[in-house]
Amino acid sequence: MEKLIEEFSFGLFFWQTLIFVGLVLLLGKYAWKPILSAVNEREQGIKDALDAAAKAQDEMAQLNASNEKLLQQARQEREQMLLEARQFKDKLMAEAKEQAQAEGEKLLAQAQAVIEGEKKAAVEDLKKQVASYAIEIAEKLLKSELSAQAKQDQLVENLVKEIKIN
Amino acid sequence: MEIPTIVGAGLIVIGASLGIGRIGGQAMDAIARQPEASGKIQTAMLIAAALIEGIGFAALFAA
Amino acid sequence: MKYQRIIFKVALALTMMVTAGVAAAESPKENHTGGADLKTEIKEYIQHHLQDSYDFSLYSYTDEQGKHVYVGAPLPVILWDNGLQVFSSAALHHGETVAESNGNFYALAHGKIYKTDAQGTLSYDDHHHITNPKPLDFSMTKSVVAMLLVGALMFFLFRGLAKSYAAHGGVPQGFARLFEPIVLYIRDDIAIPNIGHKHYGKYMSYLLTIFFFVWFLNLMGLTPLGVNVTGNIAVTFGLSLLTFLVTNLTANKNYWGHIFWMPGVPLPMKILLAPIELLGVVIKPFSLMIRLWANMSAGHIVLMSLIGLMFIFHNWIGSSLSFVLSFVLSILELLVAALQAYIFTMLSSLYFGFANEEAHH
Repeated sequence: MEKLIEEFSFGLFFWQTLIFVGLVLLLGKYAWKPILSAVNEREQGIKDALDAAAKAQDEMAQLNASNEKLLQQARQEREQMLLEARQFKDKLMAEAKEQAQAEGEKLLAQAQAVIEGEKKAAVEDLKKQVASYAIEIAEKLLKSELSAQAKQDQLVENLVKEIKIN
Repeated sequence: MEIPTIVGAGLIVIGASLGIGRIGGQAMDAIARQPEASGKIQTAMLIAAALIEGIGFAALFAA
Repeated sequence: MKYQRIIFKVALALTMMVTAGVAAAESPKENHTGGADLKTEIKEYIQHHLQDSYDFSLYSYTDEQGKHVYVGAPLPVILWDNGLQVFSSAALHHGETVAESNGNFYALAHGKIYKTDAQGTLSYDDHHHITNPKPLDFSMTKSVVAMLLVGALMFFLFRGLAKSYAAHGGVPQGFARLFEPIVLYIRDDIAIPNIGHKHYGKYMSYLLTIFFFVWFLNLMGLTPLGVNVTGNIAVTFGLSLLTFLVTNLTANKNYWGHIFWMPGVPLPMKILLAPIELLGVVIKPFSLMIRLWANMSAGHIVLMSLIGLMFIFHNWIGSSLSFVLSFVLSILELLVAALQAYIFTMLSSLYFGFANEEAHH
């Protein structure tokens, strides 16, 4: 220990401190600061690039997801549309069927009515004809019957008998 | 009977080297067990070794 | 990799065993061939190497006339002794002559400059300590020159790096690019985990500078120049003093609260803990100082001793083995150079982290 203190050279200590402090200040200003800032900048640049890449990837994934979603939506929509179309078709068909049935029934009814009318008219006609035939026959009969006086009298007598005075 | 200081210095050196050896060995074990923490272990090892070394030197110069 | 390690270990063990054996076998022989003399010379050389010096000498040798010849450059000596005294260290001749400046005389002894008379007489006390007055010494020593070189190197290196970011759109080019991962490591693995995201910014200059400063100086100590800067207590004291100052000057209320009035413990404990914590404030940078100094000095001593062994053995087997050993140790020292710089930075940032901790009780 004693030897160490004896060995201690103040001049060397003085120069050492001077040189070292000078070196710290000088290098700090002209070397370390630019080096560290350049390194920091570079690291920041790399970090930014990595961040950007990660962000791009994220966006890509997001885009993919949204695409998927869109596709899903489209598929769903198509399904919906198909369903609707089918329903519409069914409805339309049902309606058409119904209408056709109604129409048919109506037509049938009309036809029946017409037929009924025709029938009636024909019956009427027939009746009229029959009546006219009957009249004609009766006329002829009467003519032939009443051509004899006796018979006329007979008739009258019968008729009178029939008439009951009430 | 007076013990020469050089013997004391020798004892100090033996003690300090045993201590540092132990630190080094344990650190090796620790690194072998957890290689991923080797940086931290190394730092702690050096600090501990340096402290022992400091005491060793201090005693050596007092002797 | 695994095989390499095993081979390395085996080689190291073999080298150690054989060296020890050879050393044991050789030692009696050395005793009667003047080996002890060589040993003291090597010891002195190592001692000399560990110290700072007033000139930048690369090597020295003794010529035929027995005169020491030094190859290197003298450095300016700056003293404060009744005014500024500046002269070249060449005038001291490595302690062989007395230098004169404005009527004052100075001599070099044991790596220090003392004020003497014209004859260079030094007086000693009972403990062989020189009692001559020591002038205030601000000399440009070898270590100062090394620090200036490292400072200039760092400035050009990192200024270049900073400029190349601007010139190449955020991607550095050239040699300085090698240091970018280290800068990032200090930021991401030292500063941010210890200090926290909020406050780390203001300490970055200090931490980066201290890491590279210590590392480069440690490495410079391993070059053949052999300047032992970080193994000098004055340098590590300066560095840790700055860490101490930065820690305590930027500390927040919570930090001081934990020192003087530890929250969450009973009153007697608070009174007991305050001096301990206060001591801790000083001990922390003190241990920083001692750690770096001791590690670097020890590394240099061991390395130089091994190199010295080569000359002590003075035979093929021993010398080549100690060469191999010193080579291996140099590689280990390379690791230690980085490790100590890392630990210094790491602990500094840890202390800054303490100073900035938010209250969480």
